Amino acid sequence: MSIKIGEIPYKERIQKGIKDDFMRQAVSSAQGRFRTGRLTQAEELGNWEDWRNLGEEIRTHTLENLDYYLQQLSEQVSRRGGHVFFAETAEEANQYVKEIILKKQAKKVVKAKSMVTEEIGLNKALEEVGAEVVESDLGEWILQLDEDPPSHIVTPALHKNKQQIRETFAKKKGYTGSDTPEELAAFAREQLRQDFLAADVGVTGCNFAIAESGSITLVTNEGNAEMVTALPDTVITVMGMERIVPTWEEMEVLVSLLTRAAVGQKLTSYITALTGARLDEEIDGPEEFHLVVVDNGRSKILGTEFQSALHCIRCAACINACPVYRHIGGHAYNSIYPGPIGAVITPLLEGYDDHKELPYASTLCAACTEACPVKIPLHEHLIRHRQIIVEKEKKAPTAEKLMMKGFAAWASNPSIYNMSAKMAKPALGPWTKDGMIENGPGPLKAWTEVRDFYAPQGQSFRSWFKQRQKDGESK
Amino acid sequence: MKVSLFSTCLSDILFADVAKNTLEILERVGCDVDYPMEQTCCGQPAYNSGYLEEAKAAMKQMMKAFRHSEYVVGPSGSCVSMLKEYPHIFAGDPEWEEEAKVFASKCYEITEFLVDVMGITDLGSTFKGRVTFHSSCHMKRLLGVKEQPKILLRNVKGVELVDLPWEEDCCGFGGTFAVKNPVISQEMVSEKSRHVAETKAEYLVGADMGCLMNIGGRMEREGKKVKIIHITEILNTH
Ligand code: SF4
Repeated sequence: MSIKIGEIPYKERIQKGIKDDFMRQAVSSAQGRFRTGRLTQAEELGNWEDWRNLGEEIRTHTLENLDYYLQQLSEQVSRRGGHVFFAETAEEANQYVKEIILKKQAKKVVKAKSMVTEEIGLNKALEEVGAEVVESDLGEWILQLDEDPPSHIVTPALHKNKQQIRETFAKKKGYTGSDTPEELAAFAREQLRQDFLAADVGVTGCNFAIAESGSITLVTNEGNAEMVTALPDTVITVMGMERIVPTWEEMEVLVSLLTRAAVGQKLTSYITALTGARLDEEIDGPEEFHLVVVDNGRSKILGTEFQSALHCIRCAACINACPVYRHIGGHAYNSIYPGPIGAVITPLLEGYDDHKELPYASTLCAACTEACPVKIPLHEHLIRHRQIIVEKEKKAPTAEKLMMKGFAAWASNPSIYNMSAKMAKPALGPWTKDGMIENGPGPLKAWTEVRDFYAPQGQSFRSWFKQRQKDGESK
Repeated sequence: MKVSLFSTCLSDILFADVAKNTLEILERVGCDVDYPMEQTCCGQPAYNSGYLEEAKAAMKQMMKAFRHSEYVVGPSGSCVSMLKEYPHIFAGDPEWEEEAKVFASKCYEITEFLVDVMGITDLGSTFKGRVTFHSSCHMKRLLGVKEQPKILLRNVKGVELVDLPWEEDCCGFGGTFAVKNPVISQEMVSEKSRHVAETKAEYLVGADMGCLMNIGGRMEREGKKVKIIHITEILNTH
């Protein structure tokens, strides 16, 4: 898998999402839960805005000094006996991991949940060299069994509910139990435990790497990242190059923002930290540790007007706040990064050719911008994308371009504007019935397909006003 | 106080009563109101669709039209939030940067102007009916005007204000979104329509005709009997 998850055209994806009542119900109730949680937390904290400002400041500072902190991180990891590899592309990253697998003659790899390994398509790469990869995050494991891509960045299997999950377990793993979450989880735990014990290599993502100490940290609620880093002899962490903070202090702030913004938790159940390889006097941790720092298009974003998109801490608050997402679901975005943040970063990472619809899949209601704990101006980035699509990429439809040219002439020329204001009512007369238009001409067609249009009430305001002035003068 | 009325193109052409009510309210509270005839549209349809140059043509026209105004007041949170964006859009433009800043600083949405500038929370209006309020996204999030319309509404005699479920959520209008993504827009507005119907309100009140005509247009199509009404119509009663 890579960032793009399929070949179905945009319109069909939308239809598919909208027709999937099952998914929509699941997403709607989850969104309701998550956002209420977030709002309650923000209220309880009392100074949520101060926290957001701090979060934004930390991210801005880190990204503006990214070279420095990556260098520091790399030195610290090496000092602790770890190996660091900077991968410019997905291929380079996959190649590096494959070589380790081959050298170790690893048969089984267990993975903690990670978006960046989805992004680079690591699982497939590892299967190519004969390794069996097992996802250990419950949601990811379900999707792996079902051969389905994630639809949300925090709860990847959000689009499924417990009956569906039960079916998947039954079909793929011979499960015979009920669909109560506890029983399903117990079954998964028992299955995964065997994998943890048998794994030769563990692969993780990284929520925040700490430059000062050379540690990587993982924030989870299931504790499986703990298993992935503690049991296998070799651990490989793959991180996007922006997932870094200067010190533990900043990490603490961002984790607080992350758990609160994501699901409304004050704290998460587990924070796993791993610092290099096991030293002689230590009793646990991997014998061998590799850190793969992935660029894959990120450095192109640095220094541009989109730089703040790299502030993202993948909390999904924007996704949970988005009403468009609620109706179409994550798969409609055709990217492993769905929702508002997906619509912003997918075209940045992979270009506009396959993703030019995404920046338009938003009403610009700014619910995402309001929800984002690190204050990424998501809706503004979407407008900027649209400008690029129109001006640089020249991918806008011709009819739209003409209409906008017409708009400019109309709105910059009061006499043309006046004329149209006068003409609107008589011009729409033939389509008007009882003040409403049910089946409008030209540009009104798309509007009136799903709703009525209000015909001009009478005289335009400006001619009424002129009249009123005249009457006033003649009195 | 000298105030220039910004009618918004939508109210000017389609919903003239909204602009009339706004004018009359401003006059009632003692403002000296003029209406610059050179004004057109805030530029939002082009700006939000990515047509920066075309949007700027409209924006420059607006700045010219209101060059001599002290205050610019309009009945739309969304359009006024667009006017407030001008400094950001013309930043670095030697000819327009300063003017954009000055212009933006004198623009207000009508309820914001009444409450924050004039200090008026009760207009002594009377209106009978059960109403629910749709707060438009741009007004509450971009302009930051949330409480002002409700404060004014609560002080209208006879009004029974009921909460709208999922009030925070967009109605699916989004300007060109409604016609560019009609399928998603339809789902969003249908959901909004369901929530409005649940309140059993007789009137759906808003401070933005764009959203109201979207929700109202959908409810008409569904045969649901709710009347959409701009807040100025309620406030401009005695
Ligand atoms: S953009 Fe902001 S809200 Fe969305 S996932 Fe990233 S950090 Fe969270």
